[in-house]
Amino acid sequence: MSRSVDRAFAAGVTALAMLVPLTLVAITILIVIDSWPALTMFGLSYFTTTEWDPVKLVFGAAAYVYGTLVTTVVAVLLATPVAVGGAIYLTEFAPRQVRTPIAFTIELLAYIPSIVYGLWAIFVMVPVMRTVVEPGLQATLGQVPVIGRLFSGTPIGLDLLSGGVVLAIMILPILMAVSREVLLAVPPTQREAMIGLGATRWEATSRAVLPYARPGIIGGAVLGVARAFGETMAVTMVVGNSSRDISGSLFVPGYTMASAIANQFVEADSELYFSAIVEIALVLLFVAIIVNAVARALIRRSIADRPAGAVV
Amino acid sequence: MKKSQVACLLAFATLLAACGGSPPAASSTPGATGGAAADPCGVPVKARCPSEAQAVTGAGATFPGPLYTKWIDQYNQLTGVQINYQAVGSGGGIKSFTDKTVDFGASDVPLTDAQFDAIAGGLYMVPMALGSVVPTYNVPGVTAPIKFSPEALAGIYLEQIKKWNDPKITAENPGLTLPDLAITTVHRSDGSGTTGVFTDYLSKISPEWKSKVGSATSVNWPGGVGGSGNAGVAGAVKNQPGTIGYVELIYAIQNKLGYGVVKNAAGKYVEASLDSTTKAADGFQSPDYGSLKGQQAKLSITNSANADAWPISTFTFLLLPKDFSDKAKGLAILRFSWYGTHEGQSFAKDLGYAPLPSTVQKAAEEVLKSITSGGSKILKVSQ
Repeated sequence: MSRSVDRAFAAGVTALAMLVPLTLVAITILIVIDSWPALTMFGLSYFTTTEWDPVKLVFGAAAYVYGTLVTTVVAVLLATPVAVGGAIYLTEFAPRQVRTPIAFTIELLAYIPSIVYGLWAIFVMVPVMRTVVEPGLQATLGQVPVIGRLFSGTPIGLDLLSGGVVLAIMILPILMAVSREVLLAVPPTQREAMIGLGATRWEATSRAVLPYARPGIIGGAVLGVARAFGETMAVTMVVGNSSRDISGSLFVPGYTMASAIANQFVEADSELYFSAIVEIALVLLFVAIIVNAVARALIRRSIADRPAGAVV
Repeated sequence: MKKSQVACLLAFATLLAACGGSPPAASSTPGATGGAAADPCGVPVKARCPSEAQAVTGAGATFPGPLYTKWIDQYNQLTGVQINYQAVGSGGGIKSFTDKTVDFGASDVPLTDAQFDAIAGGLYMVPMALGSVVPTYNVPGVTAPIKFSPEALAGIYLEQIKKWNDPKITAENPGLTLPDLAITTVHRSDGSGTTGVFTDYLSKISPEWKSKVGSATSVNWPGGVGGSGNAGVAGAVKNQPGTIGYVELIYAIQNKLGYGVVKNAAGKYVEASLDSTTKAADGFQSPDYGSLKGQQAKLSITNSANADAWPISTFTFLLLPKDFSDKAKGLAILRFSWYGTHEGQSFAKDLGYAPLPSTVQKAAEEVLKSITSGGSKILKVSQ
């Protein structure tokens, strides 16, 4: 009796568990079927050309891929130092009574709907970017050879840089939360040994704690990348949604893969146009899966390296 | 040709059969006052009709959404019929109608040949009202409306005219001092009937635009910034000096945006208004509705020859099948369409839409009367 109940229970939970991977498989199959006309029509040129012309039915998504990569890189470069610095403060320096409130506030940021970030960005951030930040960057870094190219053109505020900045704010909570967890996971013996040797707090943090936590922090950054890749609404509102060319400047309107789908999906009236848009989804899906797998591997390594008996 | 003759014969045959079979609905409603009681299922719409479907769904253009909502509400009060209209966009409307997931569609732009071919059984595009698109801009220090020749507008959007003080713009605006300021063009990033109308106009007045970019609800813009929706375009223009964008006239009026004047096909600068929009349809030559495919150009009224017309104007259409498989639904939709193109027109102006001129109203009547179910006509017009 009890054995058959067990068996039924096992079968039940197995079925429930299979449901999730099956959903992923079903989604993937559907996307491949729907994007098939574009896949076969354009092949590799879909990834290497920037012409996206719904009238002539020629589709190349390179500018969308480029826009996604650029905004994501900007976001991670801006957010990582802030997140790691904040996490170090919270774990190493902050008085006990402020740790929880600050950590809680940061995690709350993660629950703000992205449309709210978008509205804030378009009404508050974009004017500041256009009138203060971008002219300032142009006057300073813009004068430096080579890097100066990144800041050429008329500052309009609706561009790749703004897209990257809003993304940085949005991925900050997850980056900070992961960094904090990883730093907390560093065994106290690491610090104590270092300080026992006469090191300063700075030396202990930079030489003993951070190296130990590095894989985990990188993993957190990769999770942030995954979030930035798929983020749609807020970026769409500030990125400029124009994909004419790949110019190398951050001050030009750009387009991300997710915003291209959101903008064009509804009115994609021909089969080829529709399938070209679904192909963007296919690319996004694969990138997301790869990025997540990498992040998991890195975090696991960080935790596995932890010596036995360490107190968390 | 042969096919349509056969269809006619078939239609005639079923018409005879239907005439013999279907009971007249008028006699089945008690309480109809007066001796020669009007058929409650005919048009003009007066009352509840027992043989019409009580619920129908449609989807399509966002632009006429508020007007259709008003009509739906009024029609519901008259007849009790629930009409569910989803304003998903013209492209979405065409797609849903093609897939037969809705009973009727709606679009601001005429269908392409390929779209016609995809729709089994054929369709009619019935004009319901008119709207127009205006250029809006942000040029510091300029208070009077800027005049744009068609060449200037096309040149700006082709990114060939790069400054506000370009001779092509200043020549038409002798009274204005236009600054030495870079022009940033703003367009709709989402696919939209508004873009369809604007690019249709540019394609008519500029061969270069036609060959390089063309017209559609989404196009490959030569440059500029994309904003989502009228609000996205207007927001980008409002925030950024030197920008020019295009929005629907009602949106510009409701949000008190300044907009420019465009020279029409007769060479006159006419201000955009509901009246000058209606004028654009005055010379409307009804296409042969029997074979609409290939005649889409006739449904486009941009760059109208009428001397008082605003040149960037458009119809907004309902998409109706030539033959409804469900007669009860067909009756409800046709009566609703009749109501919209007649009594419903009185709500148009208050809501910011240009009403149909009487010539177009007559053309719409003919189309609605010709629609069938199983080959037999659906609408009965009482005097």
